Amino acid sequence: MNNIDKVKKLIIDKPLKLDCGQTISNFPLAYETYGKLNDKKDNAILAFHALTGDQFASGVNPITNKEGWWNYLIGPGKAVDTEKYFVICANVIGGCMGSYGPSNINPKTNKNFGTEFPVITINDMVNAQYHLLEFFKIKKLFSVLGGSMGGMQVLQFVSNFPDKSETAIPIACTYSHSAQNIALNELGRQSIMADHNWANGFYEDKNKSPDKGLAVARMAAHITYLSKKGLQEKFGRKLQERDDLKFGFDADFQIESYLRYQGSVFVDRFDANSYLYITRAMDYFDLSKQFDGNLSKAFEKTKTKFFIISFTSDWLYPTSENREIVIALNSIGKDVGFVEITSDKGHDSFLLDVPDFLNTIKNFLNTSYSKLNEKRI
Amino acid sequence: MKKEFNIIANLVEKNSKVLDVGCGDGELMKYINENITTDIRGLEISKNNVQKCVAKGLTVIEGDAEKDLKQFPESSFDYVILSQTLQAFLDPENVINELLRVGKKAIVTIPNFGYWKVRIHLLFRGTMPITKDLPNEWYNTPNLHMCTIKDFVNYCNKKNIKINSKNLFSQLGIFVIEK
Repeated sequence: MNNIDKVKKLIIDKPLKLDCGQTISNFPLAYETYGKLNDKKDNAILAFHALTGDQFASGVNPITNKEGWWNYLIGPGKAVDTEKYFVICANVIGGCMGSYGPSNINPKTNKNFGTEFPVITINDMVNAQYHLLEFFKIKKLFSVLGGSMGGMQVLQFVSNFPDKSETAIPIACTYSHSAQNIALNELGRQSIMADHNWANGFYEDKNKSPDKGLAVARMAAHITYLSKKGLQEKFGRKLQERDDLKFGFDADFQIESYLRYQGSVFVDRFDANSYLYITRAMDYFDLSKQFDGNLSKAFEKTKTKFFIISFTSDWLYPTSENREIVIALNSIGKDVGFVEITSDKGHDSFLLDVPDFLNTIKNFLNTSYSKLNEKRI
Repeated sequence: MKKEFNIIANLVEKNSKVLDVGCGDGELMKYINENITTDIRGLEISKNNVQKCVAKGLTVIEGDAEKDLKQFPESSFDYVILSQTLQAFLDPENVINELLRVGKKAIVTIPNFGYWKVRIHLLFRGTMPITKDLPNEWYNTPNLHMCTIKDFVNYCNKKNIKINSKNLFSQLGIFVIEK
């Protein structure tokens, strides 16, 4: 990640009070944009990334040279058409693609923050990204959208800034991280911390890297992003480049080899401490708790038009949890649409080529955008 | 557009707030949205239909009227429309109660099992009637609770439900009801 200094960064000079009580200021927020902001500045969309995403949602990520994580959805002529809309995407604070995070230098010690970086929340992430609106002089976004942790940011954004987006699309998410979600995240964190090279979070000083722990965390998490049926169809009990079992602990099965590969490539692009911080932010997310247990109150002041999407085979953030958000909005008469998309691809469906999903977003955005323009005429 | 959709749409007051329960592909909703009121939502059980509605720019929630009406607050709509699905619910009485709870008024259409052709069919053939509006055989019909227009009127009287207006066609009854 040597070119990380070259990514676009907004330096936020205003102090930001974090939920943990600390205040940060003069910190970098790395971002990328796609398409052009029109003269009326009414075509801007803020896309929020999930746990291991970054600001490079579309095109080619210049750091990893891989496709942007939401390349199926965002781009010229795609569902979120960058010939029509101006898409902004930022790396969350706590992340490792140029935004303020645990690998930044702590001015007090002149060393990497490591685990001395303040614990951040979804609320903090959203408040930091709000500065992008001021930077681009956008009075009101046309849409905010995101899947998984990105969806949580969508919910928090509308709650914090009720009149700053015409539409909102939370996808495959939840308003409150469940015990199962927390348990799975804890498994990942413990795996990192159990790696001797983690060194209590100060591995960068020691020129070490807890790659094994981070890879295992990724392997475990990766399973939760897929469905049982999807795994069975893709891998079944197929063997990896061998005719029979080897009676050992090498990767006999293709699924083992696949997971090992996923783990090994992940450590090249992701920082272990960032993984700890971001999973913690997800675990702390409980929007209803911020409103005395009444989720509807989070959206009382907003006129934003919501469209919520879930997937049939997503067991990580299942339809029932997405539907809770629909119910909370309905119970106070808010404008909300909802659909559960049929897909065998599990939680990851929102990142993949699922035509019904892509078409639904495209239709929702385009019809909403033309309605807004009718109103203005 | 179906003939009855025109009649239903004309029963809706201008600029009122409407929920179309079982809105299908959004044909009726779209007409009402363009001509009568923009404040209209739909509830639809079929994913495919929900996606068709989204493509028409309509606000629709995927859901089951028998389970998902309860999330809407009392009297949150001026009109709740139920076009031609009442007889297919497991518990139509509960659905009617929910329609009247959520809507100040409900517009309900029912296929008339007392239509003369239906009566003649049953009388002379002795088999379950099949007509344009009732196209299925007894073993694959989605219609679990068929009633006649007279049955529906009797029901409303018994339950103290006010019938504000009736549009009776031989094969179909369209009622505006309220509590």
